[in-house]
Amino acid sequence: MALLELDAVSKTFSQRRGGRAVQAVAGVSLTVGKGETLGLVGESGCGKSTLARLALKLVDVTDGRVRFDGVDVTGFASRRMLPIRRRLQAVFQDPLASLNARMTIAEVMREPFDTHGVKLGAELETRIRELLSFVGLENIDIRKLPGQFSGGQLQRIAIARALALEPEIIVADEPTSALDPSIQAQIVNLMLQIQRKRGISYLIISHDLDVIGHVADRIAVMYLGIIIEQGTADAIMQRPLHPYTQALLSAAPTLAARRQVGWKRIMLTGDPPNPADVPSGCRFHPRCHLARDICREKVPPLRATPGTSQMVACHLAPDETAQAGAEVGRARRGLAVAS
Amino acid sequence: MILSVRDFAIGFQREGQNLVAVDGISFDVAEGETFVIIGESGSGKSLTGMSIAGLQPPTAFVSGSIRFKDREMLKRPDAELRKLRGPEIGLIYQDPLSSLNPVWPVGDQIAETLTAHGLASRAEARKRAVEMLERVRIPDPRRVASAYPHEISGGMRQRAMIAMALAAGPSLLIADEPTTALDVTIKAQMLELLAELKRELSLTIILITHDMGVVAEVADRILVLYAGRIAEVGPADAIMLQPSHPYTAALMTSAMISQTPAKQDLNAIVGGAPGLGAFPAGCRFHPRCPRAQDDCKVIEPPRRKFGSVELACHHPIEAAMPLETARS
Repeated sequence: MALLELDAVSKTFSQRRGGRAVQAVAGVSLTVGKGETLGLVGESGCGKSTLARLALKLVDVTDGRVRFDGVDVTGFASRRMLPIRRRLQAVFQDPLASLNARMTIAEVMREPFDTHGVKLGAELETRIRELLSFVGLENIDIRKLPGQFSGGQLQRIAIARALALEPEIIVADEPTSALDPSIQAQIVNLMLQIQRKRGISYLIISHDLDVIGHVADRIAVMYLGIIIEQGTADAIMQRPLHPYTQALLSAAPTLAARRQVGWKRIMLTGDPPNPADVPSGCRFHPRCHLARDICREKVPPLRATPGTSQMVACHLAPDETAQAGAEVGRARRGLAVAS
Repeated sequence: MILSVRDFAIGFQREGQNLVAVDGISFDVAEGETFVIIGESGSGKSLTGMSIAGLQPPTAFVSGSIRFKDREMLKRPDAELRKLRGPEIGLIYQDPLSSLNPVWPVGDQIAETLTAHGLASRAEARKRAVEMLERVRIPDPRRVASAYPHEISGGMRQRAMIAMALAAGPSLLIADEPTTALDVTIKAQMLELLAELKRELSLTIILITHDMGVVAEVADRILVLYAGRIAEVGPADAIMLQPSHPYTAALMTSAMISQTPAKQDLNAIVGGAPGLGAFPAGCRFHPRCPRAQDDCKVIEPPRRKFGSVELACHHPIEAAMPLETARS
């Protein structure tokens, strides 16, 4: 049974001043199993952060169900959510913004214990020290304020705090995006080590396919409020089937790309889409180089691709996309591309 | 050489102390190349880039020399520097809204860069503004010229900013983190556009970034800055594919995630970059360096030639060790 299950969830925000309602998430179904990492990838405005907030029950769904360990928590008010929250924690992009700037690190760290009525007494400081040391911060001064630490140290503190009550899953929204490159690698390693030691599950949300491809067991790709492709990380990284996933993978410049000869990047035209103005048919069709009449007229369902782990929402996949996908995957890994 | 920087230093006074942010760096930029300055927060990369355009913070003290086309840029009067920005040096930034005026139509702002320098009459400048918008591949240039910045999309704004930077025909474009805030698919479009403009307009580009993927894509030569000093400078292929400096090698990790087997630990360096006023003695990278020995703690490594690059390291990585192992 899945630990976290989103079942056809939607979220509509009504705009003020009589503006049009915006459907940020439109009928998304996802599961995260025990000990599993699900990576959710997408660009600005695709609804991925809203989805994270739905999963965390920081906002309520407009439609659909949220289940945690088999229990339907969709209608749970905060008091009933409290025992669930112990098991379901969050880490965000900007640790300085997510930690209270006027609390010392000691106060920041004891807050989860207080909130959940865990009384440790004299043990508390030892426990805080253990947690900080677990995330690689052995000798920091816990009487200091968050502003006195670097971005990398703060993200470690945010992770230590999320681990305080031994959650079963952490939802991490862009956990490395605000950090310098040498610090990003440290945080990726820390998250992997935590999973190896504790068997924790992750829902990791990022625009960075490289990071997601490295840490995830399964990947879901989001575009304009819906999932357009999902599958095992290996399958998605090695042979993406949706033209949008292919464009995402081939767009991100890498060292491998520098050595490629004859590798053509799939370039998307046009601007990122506007959730207040969803195109007809396939939502991706105005930016798709393969688009034809059916794509403008009919919504492609997310359906399983025979013989693979992948589900893809594209009228043309896999017959007309599999070869391009395999080439993108090979180029990505720095392997020669057949010309 | 279009640009020669010699013993350039810049610093600030804080609580009666002189804090040196960039500490005596020297490099040359050749005409027509894409020269990339890599560094993390606090490395001094933006201070260096902005100083080339004469845009160092007014409270900073500077020394050394920055010669652009045989003109000394340091300590040059503001009025003269302003004459160079536009016709000689174009600038683009991470956030286009910081260089576009929100209450002025986009086309008028581009035209202004021409009329301000007396390069065109008002009517002529308007026409040229539309041409520039077309040149940066804006589909409906006339409409965008009369639009306000908030009326066009983020990608369009980025293009409009580039049009403005290039309108007066500069030979040098300084781009400070131009793609950092962009989504990958838009980032790819911008990189392609910059490459095309560079060819069409014979530009020299100085790109300041911490995005190793972008560096891999565009760099001809690379300067790696760490804590206000040069770690390594040289041809991009040598620095990216076979880095000699342990810091560069660690930075490349972020561009090589796709070559590390999934779920395995990345080759990360410990700790964080030191802040202004807290630079360590000896080699400034030594507290984080996996190759550090006793000499690194006390002796500042001199800059020397090493293969095809110049670097400042007592114990560089030998060239015979290819960094990369492809995942099959």
